[in-house]
Parts: sequence; structure tokens; C-alpha cells
Amino acid sequence: MLSIKSLLTGVMCAALAVFATPSFAVVNILACEPEWGALAQELGGDKVSIYNATNAFQDPHRVQAKPSLLARARSADLLVCTGAQLEIGWLPILQQQAGNAKIQSGQPGYFEASQFVRMLEVPARVDRALGDIHPGGNPHIQTDPRNIGLAAAGLAKRLAEVDPANAAFYQGNYKTFAARWSAAIANWEREAAPLKGMAIVVHHKAFVYLENWLGLREIATLEPKPGVEPTAVHLSEVLAQLQRQPARAVVRSVYNDARGSQWLSERAKIPVVVLPFTVGGSEQAKDLFGLYGDTVNKLLAALK
Amino acid sequence: MLKKSFMVAAVACVAILLLPQAAFAADDITTLRQELQRLRDSYEQRITALEQRLAQAERQATAAVVVAAKAETIAAVPPQSAPTGANAFNPNISLILSGLYGNLSRNPAAYQITGFPLPNDPLADVRPRRGFSLGETELGISANVDQLFYGAMNFSIHPDNTVSTEEAFVQTTTLPAGLTLKAGRYFSGIGYFNEQHAHTWDFVDAPLAYQAFLGGQFNNDGVQMRWVAATDTFLEIGAEVGRGAHYPGSGRNKNGSGASAIFAHAGGDVGMSHSWRGGLSLLATAPQDRQWNDIGTVGTTVSNSFTGSSKLWIADGVWKWAPMGNAHITHFKLQGEYLRRIENGNLVFNDALPGSYAATQSGWYLQGIYQFAPYWRVGLRSDRLATGAVDYGANNANLLRPGYAPARNALMLDYNPSEFSRIRLQFAQDKSLQGVTDNQVFLQYQMSLGAHGAHKF
Repeated sequence: MLSIKSLLTGVMCAALAVFATPSFAVVNILACEPEWGALAQELGGDKVSIYNATNAFQDPHRVQAKPSLLARARSADLLVCTGAQLEIGWLPILQQQAGNAKIQSGQPGYFEASQFVRMLEVPARVDRALGDIHPGGNPHIQTDPRNIGLAAAGLAKRLAEVDPANAAFYQGNYKTFAARWSAAIANWEREAAPLKGMAIVVHHKAFVYLENWLGLREIATLEPKPGVEPTAVHLSEVLAQLQRQPARAVVRSVYNDARGSQWLSERAKIPVVVLPFTVGGSEQAKDLFGLYGDTVNKLLAALK
Repeated sequence: MLKKSFMVAAVACVAILLLPQAAFAADDITTLRQELQRLRDSYEQRITALEQRLAQAERQATAAVVVAAKAETIAAVPPQSAPTGANAFNPNISLILSGLYGNLSRNPAAYQITGFPLPNDPLADVRPRRGFSLGETELGISANVDQLFYGAMNFSIHPDNTVSTEEAFVQTTTLPAGLTLKAGRYFSGIGYFNEQHAHTWDFVDAPLAYQAFLGGQFNNDGVQMRWVAATDTFLEIGAEVGRGAHYPGSGRNKNGSGASAIFAHAGGDVGMSHSWRGGLSLLATAPQDRQWNDIGTVGTTVSNSFTGSSKLWIADGVWKWAPMGNAHITHFKLQGEYLRRIENGNLVFNDALPGSYAATQSGWYLQGIYQFAPYWRVGLRSDRLATGAVDYGANNANLLRPGYAPARNALMLDYNPSEFSRIRLQFAQDKSLQGVTDNQVFLQYQMSLGAHGAHKF
């Protein structure tokens, strides 16, 4: 028992030592997905330090509350996430176990980008028999750059709230970014004009916002239901459908299993387009500008 | 026997999988397909016609109108629909449904772990069951209490219609400096396996060492403080004091704490594809008249009781691999724990003869789980115990001190069609009881419905 008591004392001492630690000069940001990390970097510049919880090669639905994430959540001043239950399988654990009051739901330190955009595919009926659906709507909002612009306005305000001393700095960065962003969107839209009406097959329903933006027509999904991997039966049905109703490409995210789209591509004689999906998903997608530039280019290449 | 049971299980599996397909006759399918085809063709014609009309209309519209309309579709963020009504604050509710079929080559009535006598209640919990049985039905309710606290409860409804409160605790959400205080009944933070709920286990049963030293899992009524360090490498230290009613402790009528625990965990990533966690824990309980049945040297069943101190050390480690961190297609998990228990005190033999008691015993398990394709995982687990040094003092002549190393090996295959359902087949060779080899086959389902659970690492 004595050993336990002395160890307990040790724990308390260690805890007290931490109280005395001075606060950090920069805002520590834990970004749930890389696109939000990239956006926070655009707005925060050198006033923020960013750690991305996931990378482009991970299925954002299936992430684990790893010890490394708990450690980062512990010292985060701000979580920047998609929301809409995209992170429901792991983020609640970080909030409960990291011992960090700032990042709890409802606090300024928890930012959900999905609250600033118009959600698509909000289900009228919520039933798991329909697959992995999200009651708040399709959470893959980052495939439309206009949503990045909307989230940017919200995030700039939130950064100012979390770090009031630098409020003007964030607002200034936002103004610069918003101007560059509008110009870039206009440019992409011009380039992407030939994509309007392009029929595509997608692996996962991950691109509804992209389709809405560029006017792509999604005619089939490789997954029989959201989150359910393609089956041989379903792929054959999609192939049969393509013979009557042709598509120009089969589109998947870099993290999707390649086999389904490869199978269909060989038989339907249409190219596979692997989209970066988020920052870091391809060599060109080094930042947000590269992400959409590369997305548009890859789709255009499939039309040739 | 094993072979036959396997065949039965395999045939049952195949039958279940084939059932929906078999229900349709071949002719019906052809008719349905033709009808479906006709429907598709007719709709596609109509859709094509509509698309042509749409394209025409679009061409006629001016570019300015299109741009304006587009801007409107995205700029307007819809007003958030505010939930109204008295039930808007309803907590998250989740339900775990589980069922099991067990085929054992030995009668489990005589089940024991040689050298590790358990009191009746924990023994009943760890004893395998034959035939069909309902698994543990778990009802979980959780929500934030207010701006300061979070609360959660987990009822476990057992197949014999008894209900137990597995966990019921409140926890702070706003303490500073990485501290979290928890109070109520909770799974102790010791080790790795101890905090995992049954529906997240990788095998049908708990590791043998957990069964022998903790009667499965250790939950405690008490208070727990955790502290997470503000470092890039995960470091967590925790301490608990509590009632200690659960084995290896015992219910006691005393002020103060009957069980205390301290634990430390560290963890992190190595590159993008590897992550790990390791830890060291100590659980100290003070059982008072902990009673169990044993076989005496003369071969009769005797009832013994122990009062004294019980200390359990646990070293745990887990390493996970997933290519580029994407666990969806393939991943691997290696997990192992070493447990060592030291008990000192007084033992009363057959409710009559007092004597001293000192024992140092240990055990370990090592398991690997490999997901080789989406939804399919295979796992292998090896369990070993060492009866170690046991001294019954004055009762050495009355009680057996077997020099036996109980062992068990298990192989499992599970199919996880979604995050919410799992069907598992497990084979095990159980040599817990000296001189007995029990070949076990289990077929199990585990499903969860309701609120989407978030799982620990």
C-alpha cells in the first residue's frame, strides 16, 4: 500500500508541475482531415501550429482513437473537423479521454465546417439498412471549393475567438484568401466547363458536392450501399447498366480499394480517375489550390 | 469430434448464407429480371428525353442567370432546424445483441483452472457453455450531464435473466491540465484488455490470465483520476481507489478503500503505418473472507477462505499496423499482456483450520489479429499460466499444490459486414484443467444498434 501512496504523490506532483507550464504562443490546431489543416494554415499563418489527425490515404469514416491523437488532442486549442458525424467513430473518445476542456462540443475550441455549408443528401429516413448514412447529410463537403470558402469565413471568426489578440491578423488573412479563392474558383469553373453533364460512376458517394459544383452526372456507385464494398453481383449490374447508359469514367478516392474500379474500367473500357479527395491525396494536391486544380485536370484528362 | 463439429458449423454457415438465394426458383428470377429490364429500358428512354429537353432549356437561358442561380444555391446556408419537444435531450442509447453456440468435447460442469481456484460467481462467469445460449446483451446510455460532467451507464443482461451494472459513472469534462476525474462503477484502467467491453473483444472469451486473476474483467466502485501529459508522445497516468468488491477483492464491511490501482500508459506512431501503446499497472486489493471451493488432498471438496493482501502487476503492449494508416482493407494487431499476482495473508481451510498463505503466480497471453480482406479477420491467441510458488503454511498437508501450467490456444475467423455486425467462428483447445483437453468450437454473433459507438484504440 505504501508504494501506491508514494506513487499517487508522484502523480499529483507531476500534475502540479503541468499547471505551472506557461501557455503556448501559437494556437495548437488538431485538424480532423487534411483539408481543414490546409485551410487553417492559410488563415493562421505563423500564428498557428497544425497537426493533421488523418491523411489522404485513410478512410475518414474508419479512423481509430490512436494514442498519438489523444496526445495531440490533449494540447489542442482548437479542433477543426468536418462534423456531420463523419468523425463519430473516434472523435468522441478524444474529447472524453484527452482531459482538455477547450475542445468539448459547444466550446469555441471545437469547429465543425459542416455547420457553415448547405448539406446535400440529408436523408429523409435514417435506417442502417440503408448503409452507412449520416443523419446530417453527406459529410464529404470538401469536394466543392465553394464550401471551403464558406468554411473559411467561419473559421476566421473562430480563430479570432480562440486567439483574440490576433483577430485582425486572421481577418486580414481571410480577406486575402477569399479574394484568391474566388478567382481560383472562377478559373477552375472556366477550365471545367467541358465537364458539365459528364456521366461518371463513383466508388463511394463521396463526390456529391463535386458533382453539384461541376455539373457531373453520377449514374452509378460501385458500393451497393454507402460504406459497403462492391460485390461481384453489384459490379455486374453496374456493367450492364453502362452498356445501356455509358459513362465517361469511374471515379474513386485515393483511399478506396482499387479492385472494383479496375474491374469495371477493363470491361466497360472507360478510364479510372483517382481523385486526390483531400490535400496530400496526389503529388499535385500539395495545398488547397493544388487539390482542386488537380481534381479538374484529372477529370478533364478522362474526357480526352 | 472436433472435425464433426467443424463440419456441422461450416454447413450451418453455408446454409445461412445461401438461404435468401435459395428461396427463389430459377424461373422466377428470370421473369423478374426480364420485368426489371423492361422497366429500366422504359425509364431510361424517358430520362434521355428529359435530359435533351433540359439541355435545350439550358442553352436558351442566359449565362448571367445561370451564374446567379448557382451563387444562390451555395451561398444560402439553411437555418438550422432547432430540435423542439421534451425528448430533444434524450441521451445516446445503444444496444448490443449477442448469441453463441458452443460445442465442447468435455462437460463444462467440472471446469476449473488448475491452481487458480475461483470463487463461485467469477467461476460461473468464465465457465464455457454448451449448446445454444444468449450472449451478453448490453444496454448503454450516455450523454453530457451539463457543462461540467459526462455520464454513462452499461447494463449487462445475462443469459440467465440476471442483470448487472457493468459500468455506471460520471466523468468531468472541464478539469484543467489534462486531468479527468471519474466516479461510480467503471472498468478499471489497468492493463489493456480490462477496459474493453465484451462486444469489442477479438475472441469469444477473455484471455485465460484475465479469467484466472480477475475473474474476467475488474470493475470497481470508486473514484479514478487520470492525467494526460501535454507531450507529443502519448503519456497517461491514472490512479483509482474504490470498494474492491470484485474478484480478486471481496465485498467487505469497512470504511476506506478496498482496492487501489495505479497505471501508466505511453503510446505513439512510428511512421504513417504503425502505432503502439504500452503500459504498466498495479492493482492492490484487500480481500476479506474471499471464499472458494477446492479439492483437498484426501479428494473431498472443501471450502476455503482468504483474508489478506492481493497485488496484481500487469505489463501490456499493443502494436497495430495498417498500410498508410488505412485499416479499412487490411490491418494487423499484435497484443500481449503479462500478469503477475502476489498474495499474502491468512487462509482458513475448510472453514476450520487457520494457516498462513503466500502465493506468487503469473500468466500471459499473446494474440495476433489480421484483417486479410475487407470484412474478414483471422486471429490466433495463446494463453499460458504458471501456478508458481504457493505456500499454505500449516495447511500444506491438507491442500494440493499442483505443478501444472494451464494452457489454451484459440483460432478465430470473423466476418464483419459493417461496423455494426460480426459473425465469428472460433476453435480452441483448452487445457485449463489438469489432465483434461477440451476441444471447443464456438459460433457467435455480435450486433450493435442505436447510437454509433466510438471505440478505444
